[in-house]
Amino acid sequence: MFSAELDAIVPMLCVTLAALASMGAEAFRGKNERLPIGGLGIVGLLGAAVSSVLLWNRSTNGFGVIAADNFGLFVTLTLVAVGILTILFSAPVLERDGIPAGEYYSLVLFAIVGMMMMATASDLLVVFIALEILSLAVYVLTAIRRDNAAGTEAAFKYFLLGAFSSAFFLYGIAFTFGVTGTTRLAAVGSYLSAQAMTSNPLILVAMGFLLVGFAFKISAVPFHMWTPDAYEGAPAVVTGFMSTGVKAAAFAAFARVFLSAFEPFKAEWVPVIAVIAALTMILGTVVGVAQTNLKRMLAYSSIAHGGYLLVGLVAANDAGKGAILFYLLSYSVTNLAAFGAIALLGVKDRANDELRDYAGLWNSHPALAALMTVSLLSLGGLPPTAGFIGKYYIFIAAVSAGHYALAIIGVLTSVISVFFYLRVVVMMYMADRGTAEAPPRVAGLGMAALALSIVAIVYLGVLPTRVLDLAAASIATIF
Amino acid sequence: MLLTLSWTLPLAGAILIALLGNADGKRDGMIRWLALAVSLVVFAVTLVLWARFDPASADFQFVERVPWIPAFGIDYYIGIDGISLLLVVLTGLLTPIALLSSWESIEKKVKEFSIFILALEAAMIGVFVSLDLFLFYVFWDAMLIPMYFLIGIWGYDQRIYAAVKFMLYTMAGSVLMLIAILGLAYMHSEATGSYSFDLLKLYTLQIAPETQRWFFLAFAVAFAIKVPLFPFHTWLPDAHVQAPTAGSIILAGVLLKMGTYGLVRFAFPLFPLAAAEFAPWIAVLAVIGIVYGALVAMVQPDMKKLVAYSSVSHLGFVVLGICAMNVQGVQGAVYQMLAHGISTGGLFLMVGMLSDRRHTRLISEFGGLRSAMPRLTAAFLIITLASIGMPALNGFIGEFLTMFGAYLWDPRFVVVAGLGVILSAVYMLSMFQKVYLGELTNPKNASLPDLRPREWATVLPLCAIAIAMGVLPSIFLKPMEPSVQRMVERVQSGRPLVAEGARRPGIVAQTAVTPAAVTNAIVSKAADTAAARLGQ
Repeated sequence: MFSAELDAIVPMLCVTLAALASMGAEAFRGKNERLPIGGLGIVGLLGAAVSSVLLWNRSTNGFGVIAADNFGLFVTLTLVAVGILTILFSAPVLERDGIPAGEYYSLVLFAIVGMMMMATASDLLVVFIALEILSLAVYVLTAIRRDNAAGTEAAFKYFLLGAFSSAFFLYGIAFTFGVTGTTRLAAVGSYLSAQAMTSNPLILVAMGFLLVGFAFKISAVPFHMWTPDAYEGAPAVVTGFMSTGVKAAAFAAFARVFLSAFEPFKAEWVPVIAVIAALTMILGTVVGVAQTNLKRMLAYSSIAHGGYLLVGLVAANDAGKGAILFYLLSYSVTNLAAFGAIALLGVKDRANDELRDYAGLWNSHPALAALMTVSLLSLGGLPPTAGFIGKYYIFIAAVSAGHYALAIIGVLTSVISVFFYLRVVVMMYMADRGTAEAPPRVAGLGMAALALSIVAIVYLGVLPTRVLDLAAASIATIF
Repeated sequence: MLLTLSWTLPLAGAILIALLGNADGKRDGMIRWLALAVSLVVFAVTLVLWARFDPASADFQFVERVPWIPAFGIDYYIGIDGISLLLVVLTGLLTPIALLSSWESIEKKVKEFSIFILALEAAMIGVFVSLDLFLFYVFWDAMLIPMYFLIGIWGYDQRIYAAVKFMLYTMAGSVLMLIAILGLAYMHSEATGSYSFDLLKLYTLQIAPETQRWFFLAFAVAFAIKVPLFPFHTWLPDAHVQAPTAGSIILAGVLLKMGTYGLVRFAFPLFPLAAAEFAPWIAVLAVIGIVYGALVAMVQPDMKKLVAYSSVSHLGFVVLGICAMNVQGVQGAVYQMLAHGISTGGLFLMVGMLSDRRHTRLISEFGGLRSAMPRLTAAFLIITLASIGMPALNGFIGEFLTMFGAYLWDPRFVVVAGLGVILSAVYMLSMFQKVYLGELTNPKNASLPDLRPREWATVLPLCAIAIAMGVLPSIFLKPMEPSVQRMVERVQSGRPLVAEGARRPGIVAQTAVTPAAVTNAIVSKAADTAAARLGQ
């Protein structure tokens, strides 16, 4: 298309342009004029998707810091899916809750730009910049309902702890630079593999700091404290967005940094991450059992899912190479569907996100209840859904790498998690509504988005071959 | 194609019904008929399978194989042999009966009920025909979802507790099996360089004894929970008592068989060394289950609970026969699975009829029903006798063969298991007596209607099959014999010959007396005696 340097950033450019256009549209919007700003975002995202497909297999590099390799493009495409679904779910919700559309969509799109950049960055400093771009946008999105105290509190907590984690991350970069004299991942990797035998202890410090920074973003135990509050306080669509997009981007960067640059030190970081993975799976599931608020419950569930992803990272061997990518995709679609369903059921003054609000939902919203059930079963890892194949892929990677303990913890926590996903199903199907008022009719666009994600979940669960192969081939570009 | 059709047809039926609009239950009647028609077609397909099945071959037949997830060597790989053939037919038979049994008793959400029953049938048949362990696991887990809804939505008062308990118990067992399955595939890739979930390839895998032990335990626990083997049985009474009649019929008739089927098909032949080591312990649990289930059944005031505990007892025989791991024992086990499916399915069906009429299942509420409902009484008597193992009925052959097999293996087990036979006569007959015989004391029972035509349609086939299986066992034993023989040889050849062979000689050699011959001799003797008496 353009010069080789620019080609690599075309997907990001498309989304950036869409974001700028949304800002402009909002600025020049007449009072009470309704503009299809969400549509602009979708056009931008589709542009990103098309350009990613065109860039496929070309491994272009932009300015030495953006690597549009298949790994990055796979995550980019996942993020496009996240973005499109988020916009579709948001449209009816924004109107209902009176959230300014221009601000909202441009923040979402800027966040996606940051995420895409993070997934393709091949320089630690660019990873950091991308992290900040996406974080700032998401902090604001968390508090987008300005009249909502819980949202403001959540954003504040998220911001403070996120700032801490950024500092850790920056320290990690500084130490890495101190030891290796570079921040380019490839250069760091080749330096370290040359020096592996006579290792400088400072590199362990650097790795530790980077690990803490990433662990915050993917809410791994013990750096998960902000997650339940932030997820509960934010509007449900935003929660869905940040629990999938942020996690996907952070994991992509995490995998790239640790599997390429710090690969020579695998023996050092694998045990640490294995322990974190085990703790994350256990805490996310066990605490999730005690929740009565659906958003909070799904917050803990997404912590647990981060644990499974960490298992995939620990066990990134030949068998499980693509496990992280496939799981990211299937988890993103599934979790977005679940949060989308919650968002659609809310009303302006009431979020309708307590467990008891779902009593008898089957009677008032049969289609929505059925679709939501599929997404919950997929989160629980039951066949024939994407969640099952994703978990299976992670576990076979773990078994092949000899991490039987992690695999066993993984399957047992999945069973426990099924318990709390089933509680929602029990409520929807087996409990009586009583006298409480039924949630309102759900917008058609939202239902369409939900149906779309369910189709994707079932497709990935029944015919996963193509995507599995793609995922395995994609991650090979960073090994 | 035919075999694929057997599980895709019900699934297609379920999807079709899901797509039908049914506002305010206007189309309930049509949906009932549609579901019944689909299940009858499926039954016909399973019968065609049986008709075209070559009983002389021990190989898997109707094999279909298409790559599914090639990256991991996962295939869509299905086929049936003599062991699974009749279980598939049983599933085909019991599903329409389950649908008919709920013709009137299920009033709310008929559409969803029909969807779940058909989806359940698809998954159950899938479990029996899978020859790829991954595919098997997919069906195995997928089966839980419709059953969970059936219990949880259409069940009795404690349904939610029972449904969740059922789901979690079964899943807890099966996920460990998943790890073992993944481990097997990994070992295959270590040995040959590629992943494979192909059961026949995995049979030939050389596995170290220590690993066998762990993997066998993972499989055995999953199946033991499903059977359910004492002490893993606690979910069963809850699930059975709370489930609607259709759910109980399918649960008792088919789902429980999956545990024992899994032992025969997977746990024993995949890990013969560990199986040899653990078999006596499992047999001890089985025998405890036989006696314990019978004793607990004796004191139940609730008919459904009584039948549920009798299942624990009867399935103990199946497990005992499998543990014996000789042709007689295994053939008896498979026969007993079928017999138990017919007779316990029938018992739940008829208890359900009483419960629909009176809205209670307490034995003390009934008495002297014979005068009000003579036809139901007759049918109930036949099935009761079948269940307690009366000669010339289906239960006898199964129990006899399993005990015969167990006797060849270790007579001590048979001594205790024999107690279970006696006890089963005690609790079943005493229930029959209290409910049907004597004076009609409770006036509420005086005007209960007898069997309706629709109910005849469900009861008659079961009674007929119970008698046929008792009188002509060779029809059912013949097709399974070669497969069982091969399976037993496979397991025995994987065992250390010195340790086992020295103590129990001729485990395989004794197959000269084939079970079919033995039972035929017994049956013809009984028939002669009967004829002689009639002649007098």
